[in-house]
Amino acid sequence: MTAQKQYELVYIASPDATEDQLTELQTLVEGIITKANGTIDKTDVWGRRRLAYQIGRHKEGHYVVLLFSFDGELVKELDRRLKVNDTIIRHLVVRVDEELQKAARAKQRRDDETRRRRVARGLPPEPTAEELLAKQAALDNNDDGEDMR
Amino acid sequence: MSIDNPNQGDDRGGRGGRSGGPRGERSGGGAGAGAGGRRGGFRRKRVCKFRTEKIDYVDYKDVRMLSQFVPERGKIQPRRLTGTSAKYQRKLQVAIKRARFLALLPFATD
Repeated sequence: MTAQKQYELVYIASPDATEDQLTELQTLVEGIITKANGTIDKTDVWGRRRLAYQIGRHKEGHYVVLLFSFDGELVKELDRRLKVNDTIIRHLVVRVDEELQKAARAKQRRDDETRRRRVARGLPPEPTAEELLAKQAALDNNDDGEDMR
Repeated sequence: MSIDNPNQGDDRGGRGGRSGGPRGERSGGGAGAGAGGRRGGFRRKRVCKFRTEKIDYVDYKDVRMLSQFVPERGKIQPRRLTGTSAKYQRKLQVAIKRARFLALLPFATD
């Protein structure tokens, strides 16, 4: 087995599609992935959403996001089959494993660093519930003010 | 406010044009103040949003976050105005372009 990589697929189905067509489409996509020894890690159905611009004659679309592990070579085939499908008005497959790992490592490093510094200050390694709340509140406040230039 | 941004893509003219104008002027003013340096205008210290808020992964699906860097007109806000660090500006750039392809953000509004 060649090495599997993690990918993310977003597809936009036509808003005219019926419930049945949407579930059929979903099983089709899942079938393509699982039949080739891929595993689906997460499925997220956003549902109907307004498009930022028209795609063809469509102003709305039904968004579905899938996170899956798959053989890199077979992504081409998946991509081709999604392109052929008429119910899908647009789709995007992106490789995410490296970026997500990098992000996880960065977070890990930062958490370790905060823990180290807390201990250096003579505090327990984990922040208490009260401290967390206060920090969250500070972040929220910052959110409101910071964006306006 | 900015989350509605992509949705307004379709009612062209009126809204986009009206809010595009002052926005453009304001950016120009900001740039002037930046270039002018200490003389006259005050310069607020710019910080990278991704570093301060500890966002490691710039997600192209997070429209609410991305639209902070895309004003009404649909263009990507330059680093000089937002203070984003070079590393994250590069990631942001890719994320916005992906979001545009998926019709989550407009390519242009006019």
